[in-house]
Amino acid sequence: MSETQSLRAWLLTDTPTSRRHARLSAIYQGWLSLRSNTMAMVGLGILVMLVFIAAAAPIIAPHDPFVQDLGNRLAPLGTEGHIFGTDSLGRDILSRLIYGARITLYIVALVALIAPVVGLLVGTVSGYVGGWPDLILMRITDIFLAFPRLVLALAFVAALGAGIENAVLAISLTAWPPYARMARAETLTIRTSDYISAIKLQGAGPFRIITKHIWPLCISSLIVRVTLDMAGIILAAAGLGFLGLGAQPPSPEWGAMISEGRRFILDHWWVATMPGLAIFTVSLAFNLLGDGLRDVLDPKAGE
Amino acid sequence: MALTNDTNGGHLRVPLPAWLKTTFLTLGSIAVTLLGLLFITFIIGRVMPIDPVLAIVGERASQETYDAVYHQLGLDKPLLVQFLYYLWDVLHLDFGTSLLNARPVSEDIARVFPATMELATLGIIIGVVLGVPLGVLAAVRKGSWIDQVARVLALVGYSMPIFWLGLMGLLVFYGILGWVGGPGRVGIFYIDVVPQVTGMILIDAAIDGNWDVFKDAFSHIILPASLLGYYSLAYISRMTRSFMLEQLSAEYITTARVKGMSEWNVVWKHAFKNIRVQLITVIALSYAGLLEGSVLTEIIFSWPGIGSYITTALLSADMNAVLGGTVVVGLIFILLNIFSDLLYKVFDPRAK
Amino acid sequence: MNAFNKLLSGAAMGLALSVTSMAAYAETPANMLVIAHRIDDVTTVDPAESFEFAGSDISRNVYGRLVNLDPNDLAAGYQPDLAESWDVSEDGKTITFTMREGVKFHSGNPVRAEDAAFSLQRAVILNKTPAFILTQFGFTAENAAETIKADGNKLIITTDKKYATSFVLNCLTATIGGIVDKETVMANEVDGDMGNTWLKTNSAGSGPYVLSSWKPNEAVTLTSNPDYYGGAPSMERVIVRHVLESASQRLLLERGDIDIARNLNPEDIAGAMGAEGVKVVDELKGRLMYLALNQKHPVLSKPEVRQAFKYLIDYEGMRDSFLKGQYTIHQNFLPATYLGASDETPFTYDIEKAKELLAAAGVEGLEIEIGVREAQERMEIGQSFQNAAAQAGIKVNITVGTAKQILARYRARELDVYLGAWGPDYPDPQTNAGTFAYNPDNSDAANATGLLAWRTGWDPEDLTDKVAAAVTEGDKDMRIKMYHEIQSEFRDKSPFVVMFQQIEQSAMRDNVMNFSTGQAVTSAAYWQVTK
Repeated sequence: MSETQSLRAWLLTDTPTSRRHARLSAIYQGWLSLRSNTMAMVGLGILVMLVFIAAAAPIIAPHDPFVQDLGNRLAPLGTEGHIFGTDSLGRDILSRLIYGARITLYIVALVALIAPVVGLLVGTVSGYVGGWPDLILMRITDIFLAFPRLVLALAFVAALGAGIENAVLAISLTAWPPYARMARAETLTIRTSDYISAIKLQGAGPFRIITKHIWPLCISSLIVRVTLDMAGIILAAAGLGFLGLGAQPPSPEWGAMISEGRRFILDHWWVATMPGLAIFTVSLAFNLLGDGLRDVLDPKAGE
Repeated sequence: MALTNDTNGGHLRVPLPAWLKTTFLTLGSIAVTLLGLLFITFIIGRVMPIDPVLAIVGERASQETYDAVYHQLGLDKPLLVQFLYYLWDVLHLDFGTSLLNARPVSEDIARVFPATMELATLGIIIGVVLGVPLGVLAAVRKGSWIDQVARVLALVGYSMPIFWLGLMGLLVFYGILGWVGGPGRVGIFYIDVVPQVTGMILIDAAIDGNWDVFKDAFSHIILPASLLGYYSLAYISRMTRSFMLEQLSAEYITTARVKGMSEWNVVWKHAFKNIRVQLITVIALSYAGLLEGSVLTEIIFSWPGIGSYITTALLSADMNAVLGGTVVVGLIFILLNIFSDLLYKVFDPRAK
Repeated sequence: MNAFNKLLSGAAMGLALSVTSMAAYAETPANMLVIAHRIDDVTTVDPAESFEFAGSDISRNVYGRLVNLDPNDLAAGYQPDLAESWDVSEDGKTITFTMREGVKFHSGNPVRAEDAAFSLQRAVILNKTPAFILTQFGFTAENAAETIKADGNKLIITTDKKYATSFVLNCLTATIGGIVDKETVMANEVDGDMGNTWLKTNSAGSGPYVLSSWKPNEAVTLTSNPDYYGGAPSMERVIVRHVLESASQRLLLERGDIDIARNLNPEDIAGAMGAEGVKVVDELKGRLMYLALNQKHPVLSKPEVRQAFKYLIDYEGMRDSFLKGQYTIHQNFLPATYLGASDETPFTYDIEKAKELLAAAGVEGLEIEIGVREAQERMEIGQSFQNAAAQAGIKVNITVGTAKQILARYRARELDVYLGAWGPDYPDPQTNAGTFAYNPDNSDAANATGLLAWRTGWDPEDLTDKVAAAVTEGDKDMRIKMYHEIQSEFRDKSPFVVMFQQIEQSAMRDNVMNFSTGQAVTSAAYWQVTK
């Protein structure tokens, strides 16, 4: 008890003893303020649950998501053994949703790894180096920004062939330019600050300055932006799935499930609605969390 | 701005006036961006595993017919040559003819773009008219129930898959309740009734004074436009709120309040006035997004707009159509961007 | 909350009041036929070039042909249309048509033998995709002037050898047999294209309807031709509106905004049947659904494996579930209702039998790719097959793509298995026999991409000759017998798993009479429709 108390006190100190201490302390205070935001915590809770469901899919799912039963197709909600009903080929919708959580997480994780990193790289280099490289990189960014997003993604998927990996790449391809713009803008303000000049005087090279000093400062706004964009990414992936260009059958990707189910929307509405609700719930969770994170990490936007 | 009357005399060394230089730079960057846009689209079109020849001749064609069309399309020439040919045509405002339906692409775009524009414009109007006051209200009453409602409304909007919401909306409001018109732009009886002026049926009907058509067209557009409006509302209200919060915490507002200025004046005459420019940027961007054509909405509502036009063209390798559509959409995006940049410069003293 | 509810219901009432006037107006005018259909496949309306379903629908109503099929009695076969009668020469190679007098094109020009000769020659010379329907009789761009010629009121065509007359005349009922107005077409010629560019989007026919407008992916509008020689059609305007989604089509139909919905899926058909004032009309179409097993694949080319796959299809399960009402089991390459068609269905869903056959061929751990285009029913057939194959120890990977993507790979003989659909081009058995069971040169160099047998890399051996013989046989009963034999052998040894034949279900308002989608032999006709 006293130990935790002291840990808490250590984390909440006004006079950090080391750089690490200061950082941990900042994170802890951020966490405290996030924790007081109920909506953000709800979002976080949903996401933690999603990870858990995805990890334990084989244990939780009542049925094999691929097993067909043409004799018991389009069973309604609440059917015994199939609480969310069955789809056109008689597969259990709940089990497919549970396995589909893995795909959703996979897409989200990959895009979150690719797009912001590319954007950060392009943006900071462009902003820090300036001159011709800046001009060229920003033109390229503009070109990608000016592209109709779904068209670019569609074209990319059509060129490389349908599939989750290609869908992820396509979405990343359309998602990075805003991050690059943002990172560049931040770099420009940081670059001219006194503290960077001071580091320069100490003899630090551009590589060191970018990686050690500029990146960390860009990260917090990037995280907020990425979290808020996640919903858009899930919806984009679902949109590609809806158009038949995302995950391939019989994969239980949620967007593809809506697409399959939309044929029955008038008489068997649940087939498309259940995955629709799943997508909605997860997107909402990301948005709630992102909104909360913004209040914590990016106070000037929230307060 | 005082750079006017120095054009007399042939002083070649006179430096270009600043505004002219800016104009040139701007035009240059538009040109470069467009060129890049074209080039990438062109490359995508060529590396796609969809065969445009096959798209034209169909499944049954003999090899001989196939080869003839292949040659006719100029596909046997080197890639760069094909691109240069294409550029040359575009410079003459000729986007070529659609490979699939043999019509000039410019004609097709003139037909589908007004459809998207009509939908997008009504959508953004709904988004702005409801979103801005909601955002302001949420900021002024921060933490109150209205702020929470606005927040939930916006987050739900962000999170809802539009194709699902669209289908459900159609089912409920058209199928069950019959309050609105069904898929398509106007009822069958009203197709081609009013003379086409702008291509936007609401406006054309108003010009023609044919209010039956107007009512019918309105009943068809209101549902998809409300959907798009809801999505822009979500974004606009959130942005308005955060802009307003920033202003309301500024010192001059506190001063104004201390001086006893009415709350209405504080909010609308001071704080809101200062966020106008930022807000216009946000609105311009979401308008640009809507003008790209919301493919999914267009599909669900059988709306013959530019989004579904480009998508259909893409999936059947009709590259002239894809290129033409992309150029138009890209150009609009760039122009709207420049427009909001200009506004910034004109209205925002800090940006000078 | 109460206030909120009030507000909401108030707003709803207001909205309802403002639009009910339109919602109530839910019946199409009596002289107008409104159809919801997918028309995104229309790429041209030139009869010498048009080859897709929705395009053929337009042509059938706009262009007269020498001989034509009567929508009220399709079983009767070809009937006189612009040609009043015809004579066949002794050697069976020359057919002389006598033109009907007093028929006029929409332009007011008379329909002459010269126009008929021009139309057929034009199709041969332009050599667009459907040209093979005519060039298979030996017409070429070089000899067209001699083999197809007008003489006063007569049109004389001479084929390179003797064919069954029914075969030649059946081919002339196809879209490519449409007779165009020579004067109008040539007045619109650009760079020697014989009016092709102009006719792609305009019409110059003599049929019951005039094409008023075609907006790609939006709508086709036809206006009746009051001077039609067969009498003015009772529907003065026909509008075919492009509606992609089945659900949207059904909503439009149930609300009375359209008369006919042509693309309802089985679930929506079932739902629409229950709606008031809606009836569903079934027509057997010619389209077959099949699997093609690539014979360049070392395992798939084994005879036992080819047989085994025919037992890996859950024919009844699919027919009774997601294909319900829209496909019937059919295991032969000639669609039912065709001359010589066979209704033999020896194959059933039998995993054990398939396993035996696979074991006999020594197959183990087979993994194959199947190409499926992204249409919902095909993806489901693909998944059902995948499921069945898994039970027999075969791993099937589904590759979904757009029609064009998948097709290109099939034509290049790259896919292991292709899930395809094939519709006949003209109402003669040769149309399918000549592609499924005919392949004179199976080498890669032959590049006969138009032949399904070639695409599948299959040499039908003696069947090729038998097909060639059947097409010249003049005796009808003999011809039927020959096709029965060919199909029997085909079932046994071919790498094609023919599974289903399509039934088109058109849902329509119950006051619509006599609508015909053309069954297995032709396309939709509107002029006989009444309401």
